[in-house]
Amino acid sequence: MTAPLLSIEDLHVSFATRHGVVEAIRGISLSLAAGETLGIVGESGSGKSVTSLAVMRLLDRAGRITKGRITFRGEDITRASRRILQPLRGAAMSMIFQNPRAALNPIRPVGLQIADVLRAHEPLSAQEARARALALLEAVRIREPRARLDAYPHELSGGMCQRVMIAMAIACEPALLIADEPTTGLDVTTQKTVMDLLAETTARRGMAMILITHDLGLAAQYCGRIAVMERGKVVEEAAPRRLFGAPQHPYTQRLVAASPTRDSTVASLVGETETEIPAAPPLPAPAATRGGRLLAVRNLVKRFGGTTAVNDVSFHLESGESLGLVGESGSGKSTLSRLICRLIDQSSGSILFDGAEIGALPARNFHQSLHRRAIQLVFQDHGESLNPRFSAFDSIADPLQRLAGFGRTPALRARVEECADRVGLPRELLHRFPHQLSGGQKARVGIARAIACRPRLLVLDEPTAALDVSVQAVILALLDRLRREEGLSFLFVSHDLNVIRMMCERTIVLQTGQVVEEGPSGRIFAAPQAAYTRELLEAIPHFEPDVAEAVGV
Amino acid sequence: MAVLRSIGRRLWQRLLASLPALFGVAVFTFLLMRVLPGDPAVFFASGPNAGQEEIEQIRREMGLDKPIPVQLVNYLADLAQGNLGRSMSTGQPVAADLERRLPASLELTLCALILALSLALPLGILAALRPNSLIDHGVRLLCTLGVCMPTFVSGLLLIFAFYYLLGWAPDPTGRLDVFVSTPPEVTGFLLVDAALVGDWEAWIAAASQLWLPAATMALFVLAPLARMTRASMLAVLTSDFIRTGEALGLSRRRVVLVYALRNALLPVITIMGIVFSTMLGANVLVEKVFSWPGVASYALDALLASDYAPVQGFVLLMAMIFVMVNLVIDVLYGLADPRVTVG
Repeated sequence: MTAPLLSIEDLHVSFATRHGVVEAIRGISLSLAAGETLGIVGESGSGKSVTSLAVMRLLDRAGRITKGRITFRGEDITRASRRILQPLRGAAMSMIFQNPRAALNPIRPVGLQIADVLRAHEPLSAQEARARALALLEAVRIREPRARLDAYPHELSGGMCQRVMIAMAIACEPALLIADEPTTGLDVTTQKTVMDLLAETTARRGMAMILITHDLGLAAQYCGRIAVMERGKVVEEAAPRRLFGAPQHPYTQRLVAASPTRDSTVASLVGETETEIPAAPPLPAPAATRGGRLLAVRNLVKRFGGTTAVNDVSFHLESGESLGLVGESGSGKSTLSRLICRLIDQSSGSILFDGAEIGALPARNFHQSLHRRAIQLVFQDHGESLNPRFSAFDSIADPLQRLAGFGRTPALRARVEECADRVGLPRELLHRFPHQLSGGQKARVGIARAIACRPRLLVLDEPTAALDVSVQAVILALLDRLRREEGLSFLFVSHDLNVIRMMCERTIVLQTGQVVEEGPSGRIFAAPQAAYTRELLEAIPHFEPDVAEAVGV
Repeated sequence: MAVLRSIGRRLWQRLLASLPALFGVAVFTFLLMRVLPGDPAVFFASGPNAGQEEIEQIRREMGLDKPIPVQLVNYLADLAQGNLGRSMSTGQPVAADLERRLPASLELTLCALILALSLALPLGILAALRPNSLIDHGVRLLCTLGVCMPTFVSGLLLIFAFYYLLGWAPDPTGRLDVFVSTPPEVTGFLLVDAALVGDWEAWIAAASQLWLPAATMALFVLAPLARMTRASMLAVLTSDFIRTGEALGLSRRRVVLVYALRNALLPVITIMGIVFSTMLGANVLVEKVFSWPGVASYALDALLASDYAPVQGFVLLMAMIFVMVNLVIDVLYGLADPRVTVG
């Protein structure tokens, strides 16, 4: 057995923050052989990204390796100077990042950026470097590579930017490639092509890869070995089959249980965690009238300039029903949800809500309409969608004061507290500001705000996309319970098909502004009719099917 | 090609859009001059004992006897024909006066800007690369000093130090030593004209007269430029693409100068336009202190003499320069940032 390509021994990393020194990595040991693919999974704050930055020695000023050793190709690089590291980076070990568009220099053509990397490590002329850059763009299968050489990052799609990033990272044939959440934020079909490209490239060139991800399915599909990290420690390390088939550590077990799979249900995701939400008494509900048509959309069209974002879409939603809206970026699902919330005006078509033509009301004046209370929104980014100067109480009270005519009275306080109880937000957190709340707590505030006025339709725009899986599981369970208890209807927008399948009775698949398939969720996921739906479903990374069986979910 | 065409179209639109503003400036200055106390007719009468008749005579000649709206219409009609009126103190057409004096002001302002930039950029970059270090604090001190000292104070201090004490600078009066022959006028910029005919003696003489007032002005605008460079460098240095450059082994030089600096310069370009306009205003004092024969000191003299036409002409000229500067900044920005032309 030869020496490993990379070995990390008892690594400790701490960060100097305003509140003193924080230990981000607390003694991890990992090793990687040449050509091997290692997955590091964990939730936010587990230290997986810090590990990779420590290996590249790219920690920012505040971060320090306090203990331990990093050895690369037999050489101790724990304290190596820039003079030693710079020739290694890019040539022997390189890295690709989440959010590829931001990772590229916005005002430099991508061809030049690839050439920059090449010329940093090899004595090449500008022409030679350009020729090599072209070859690399072909290698990462970018369409019209010659034209793309002179393109700027903002002229390329997210997937193309990540391909360019990969081209830069593999330009000098490094022995190790670290991919830090390389496909987060990309569409599921793009994710598949990018990951396939990465796997194929590393295999062909004999490169080792460390894949850092929060997506267990992705890690299972592309890694030979997976390390699970929790709060700065590796809690378990094994081959995916073993790890997901028979997780040993309680944290791994929880993580596996919380990850949506082909046949999980909302209840199965949460397990015993659900008990953390105090079961609020059912409301004296506004007559949870099941049945009856709540929303009917007919021939809805929305054009922006020359492009048609929503093209002749018709569907309906029964009272108390949950309808899923899936599609990739550019499919028009966000535009559609905004049209239905009356945040923007349609170009043509009608929107009937509870029998009233709300499509005729200009979006500008809709806040005066009585229907505003009845249609409420839950946003994707729970941090951004809360006013940073409003406490949780103010945020929840805001719609009550504006739409339901509450004054600053004890009745308002009672109502806000009741809403907080219903979403499982501890009352003592109500005076806190958004930055003092965790992601899950902010999500609860956002949901409490949305249900405060007792709406009949809740439009949820990727409500769990920014959350860790364990938090997502709890929030999904909460939403599902709220819907049943309050007789709400959901229009649930998501790119995560598994989430849609669990949360929605019916599903609409959108592609470039048009409905390509519509039907009961179970049928669509079991036997998709449209080719595009099949493509979407096939692109979801799953744990191995037999493993899933072994887990018994 | 497409980039140039889109820039051209934008320029044209901006020029058209600036016309109402220029019109407003013309009308406003006209009215402002009329409300200011002081009667030019009295001022320009032959002497303190000039009779009422003589004053009335001058007033009629100047058209001041007509009601203000009529005067305004006459003024605008003249403006439309490019006639800025005649200065009562020099007896020359205002347009000719301004044309003769503008190069002096522009030369001073541009040199000061170049000097300020060549100091501010390196200082800002150094401060950003080592935040809270000795260099950073030094730059902060220099900037504070520069911005808190009025130009006439710093100008006088510089004269005291470099002319009176050290003797490194020539007599701070005018653009050229009286014993040096003026190079033939081509552009009006002495440095350029002297270089064109290869008269290096005159070039050195002009430069040695120029550097002290230019330094005075540069010191004044050092602060906004250096602080902006520092702030925007600091922000850019923490962005993702800098980390990418580091992760792929680009040299520190390349990361700082090509990746970070070019991005960091975008906001600096914007602030440069504002700085240039500030400098045009600051010119008034600097030109006075150094007896610089520019447009600003000309306008100041005219204002003190209640000489309407030169002041109005000056304000209009400044407004036009302001518009031009903004256009140039716009073009520069469009060239520097490929994302702009798309939106």
